Amino acid sequence: MLSHDVVIVGSGLAGLRAALEVVGHLDVAVITKVYPSRSHSGAAQGGVAAAMANVDGDSTNAHIYDTVKGADFIGDQDAIEIMCNDAPHVIVDMERLGCPFSRTSENKIAQRAFGGHSFKRSCYSADRTGHALLHTLFEQSMKKGGKLQFYNEFYLLRLIVEENICRGVVAMDMKTGKPEVFHAKSVMFGTGGYGRAYKISSNAYANTGDGISAAYRAGVPLQDMEFVQFHPTGLYQHGLLLSEAARGEGGYILNGNNERFMANYAPSKLELAPRDIVSRSEQTEIMAGRGAGPKKDYVLLDLRHLGKEKILERLPQIYQIAKDFIGVDALDNPVPIQPTAHYSMGGIPADNDCQVVANERGDLVKGFFAAGECSCISVHGANRLGTNSLLEALVFGTRAGKKMREVTLDAKWAPVNESREISAARREIDEVLHNKGTENLAAIREELQTTMTDKVGVYRGKDDMEAAHEKIRELQDRFRNVKVDNKKGVFNTNLTEALELGHMLEYSELIVAGAQTREESRGAHARNDFPDRDDGNWMKHTMAFRTGEGGYELKYRPVRVTRFQPEERKY
Amino acid sequence: MSEITFRIYRFEAGKDASPRYDEYKLALEEGDTLLKCLNTIRGAQDGTLAYRMSCGSAICGSCAMRANGHALLACKTQAAGLVKNGVIQLDPLGNFPVIRDLVVDLEPFWSSLRKVSPWLQPNLADEPARERLQTPAQFQLIDDVTTCILCASCWSDCNVLEVDKKFLGPATLAKAHRFIFDTRDAKGRERMEKITEPNGLWDCTHCGECSTRCPTETKPLARIEETREAVMMAGITNSPGARHALGFRESMRWFGALNENYLPVRSVGFFNIPGLLGIMPVGLRMMLKRKAPPMFPHWIDKVGEVKRIFKRFHELRKNVGGAGTKTDGDD
Ligand SMILES: Cc1cc2nc3c(=O)[nH]c(=O)nc-3n(C[C@H](O)[C@H](O)[C@H](O)COP(=O)(O)OP(=O)(O)OC[C@H]3O[C@@H](n4cnc5c(N)ncnc54)[C@H](O)[C@@H]3O)c2cc1C
Ligand code: SF4
Ligand code: SF4
Ligand code: FES
Repeated sequence: MLSHDVVIVGSGLAGLRAALEVVGHLDVAVITKVYPSRSHSGAAQGGVAAAMANVDGDSTNAHIYDTVKGADFIGDQDAIEIMCNDAPHVIVDMERLGCPFSRTSENKIAQRAFGGHSFKRSCYSADRTGHALLHTLFEQSMKKGGKLQFYNEFYLLRLIVEENICRGVVAMDMKTGKPEVFHAKSVMFGTGGYGRAYKISSNAYANTGDGISAAYRAGVPLQDMEFVQFHPTGLYQHGLLLSEAARGEGGYILNGNNERFMANYAPSKLELAPRDIVSRSEQTEIMAGRGAGPKKDYVLLDLRHLGKEKILERLPQIYQIAKDFIGVDALDNPVPIQPTAHYSMGGIPADNDCQVVANERGDLVKGFFAAGECSCISVHGANRLGTNSLLEALVFGTRAGKKMREVTLDAKWAPVNESREISAARREIDEVLHNKGTENLAAIREELQTTMTDKVGVYRGKDDMEAAHEKIRELQDRFRNVKVDNKKGVFNTNLTEALELGHMLEYSELIVAGAQTREESRGAHARNDFPDRDDGNWMKHTMAFRTGEGGYELKYRPVRVTRFQPEERKY
Repeated sequence: MSEITFRIYRFEAGKDASPRYDEYKLALEEGDTLLKCLNTIRGAQDGTLAYRMSCGSAICGSCAMRANGHALLACKTQAAGLVKNGVIQLDPLGNFPVIRDLVVDLEPFWSSLRKVSPWLQPNLADEPARERLQTPAQFQLIDDVTTCILCASCWSDCNVLEVDKKFLGPATLAKAHRFIFDTRDAKGRERMEKITEPNGLWDCTHCGECSTRCPTETKPLARIEETREAVMMAGITNSPGARHALGFRESMRWFGALNENYLPVRSVGFFNIPGLLGIMPVGLRMMLKRKAPPMFPHWIDKVGEVKRIFKRFHELRKNVGGAGTKTDGDD
């Protein structure tokens, strides 16, 4: 059995930032299924929000209000205040650690505008902010040498919680296939989002939400899983993100009949309407049979009228992506696009110090922490503002680290039964390796992802969701006989893919269940049959609890409102 | 669209004595990336096939592999463009031990990286209360090099690494450049001294493979050239490589061009007999791999290139006041 005072699962911004806070004070290890520099944080392009006021008269108060409003008033306002207050400090801190930021003519960190923010608030590093931040933290972690132990390409299997005390995790060395128990006084998850449950997704293949469902299986509830954000300019079939600049620079969005259909949905703002409105309009067109292409399942981003020079100069990335990834030359042809699942607002509920919450009363799971996209603190409520999530990962990663330092120093070791944990892990592995082997893994995954995109996506209708729920149950059943070709050996990606699919099937049901029950439209959650927000009944967080084999129960917990009462969300 | 054959390297460390190639047939659809094809093969034909992937958007570096002998990112490459006589051959990255199929053991890459202290070492004494200032031009100096995604494509195809596993390698030298040229870093000189030790900066043979394969703007060879100039200007000339560069200048004067057979001798020193013997194996190995330079002096464009870079570097230094490479007097 391996043992470390603190074990952090995940090496994105949240995980690495927390680790740097703890190293030198406690014995800390980081477990990650991909090498640290390959975590999904690196994919973020746009920027990281902070009211630095480097280019205009921004203020922390404005940042707080924008975030509360963006969240459609279901974010916890005390947590939002903490995040916005800490923002300038974490940015300065990242600069000190070496992050290369783009600069203003006054040589300060440059800032630009972003949807939903009322000032130029997004600090950026060219078009690769997440990459710059992630590599900076990776560099700093190399500086710690042996003091910061990495278990790279280790796959988390189980979270160990007994009597509401977290005792460690079980993880498998992918190089050998061997499960190991990691005994710990404190465990933190920074395991990222669950956007891969959708077929069309801007998320990494690795964003399968393993941590979220591992926590759930260990008895931790999940919060607000129904809130999933969709971005309007995802590359057709890939879901890859085409930056918001496409619309900003004047690109048109057309349906299969070559109509600029946004005129029917947002006559004054057209393509420049907020993300969720454009996504919904696109989806409406596709569902009404007005999509483009042989299957009429996408719409078109037309840049041609902008001219060669502008496209190549201002939108080089979009041009390149369309060319490399689907072989379309945007100078001559419109680019096929569709709404893409982009961000998971829901996750593991935690307090403002990232201590995981065990129930609707707010009791804590001792020694278990969560930060970053896998957590639901909740600073994003029903809808995250762009650039607020890198910020969240940095702010709450830091806070989690500080709190772990504080509580772990004099914590006692809670005992772990190693052989029992190993056999439980082996049993989970054996269930996918040794069954009837009649079901194709990729087919189940494909059906799940298609179901989620088609039926629990941008719009949610009652019948669709019922069908989706039924489908997921059927897929869960079929998964019991999933065929894994590769029974043993080193670097068994076939096995990890199967385990990931098991997680996706588990929590996807909670996305649907939460969405079915929430009879209102709020933020990213849009019901056909309940088009309005309902503050009287639904100003509350959904909490899903696991009840024995396959069952769940939904409970609710109040939203923490400090300064801003709900008002209509108008832009 | 047409059906093609994927010929894929298969090997499992600890189990297989030697690698083999398995063939898979697949009907290419328009717009298919190489990674999508692999996912289809793994999903429908053979779940045992191992390769890495994560972001799917050319930013994480996981999916680097060799197609028809050259390193690339599978997620951003159109499969159709790779087909040769109906076949695409896939191999793991070169210059690494293979763990399984297209998955290599990257440890040599990471440990090389750690050798150049790849983290900012600022002057803590004059730390301002807020962010340190940097001009946009100073940011420009590290803009390209900080696009590196650590995919190791360059490492895979580097000619020197093929014969000398101790070479720091292109990505590591680019990483060193990233800090040498960062005006916030105070250890430029130490860094330059460190990388001019044997197996470092001066061991690169300018083959250019790394820059050709690099999927980002990092383009290691360009960074290596810039660093060499910075090193020379800093007066760090007491290394075989620097003497080589000085010899390069003499060579230009004498031959009007580069004489690659003269250079190694000049670099090691005319009267350094053990040293001269020491370079023989490298020369022999390079000849065997057909990488040795031709026996007669020849004219190349690189001279103009070097002059151009020298000039640009001087201009940049004027603009930004030092480029983090405080020089103590030189030409
Ligand atoms: C295309 C795109 C663009 C974006 N742009 C922006 C932006 O401009 N601004 C912004 O603020 N936000 C942006 N976001 C969102 C933001 O990138 C993420 O929310 C944030 O990076 C999440 O960081 P994290 O540390 O929580 O998790 P991640 O960076 O996703 O890291 C998760 C970690 O968990 C590990 N892990 C997961 N499962 C396991 C397991 N089973 N075993 C072991 N380890 C595991 C992984 O290895 C990884 O290290 C963007 C997102 C996408 C998809
Ligand atoms: S240019 Fe130098 S570093 Fe790059 S591949 Fe060739 S020898 Fe290696
Ligand atoms: S320098 Fe280029 S090829 Fe080498 S690791 Fe970096 S991005 Fe990859
Ligand atoms: S999968 Fe990340 S670079 Fe290709």
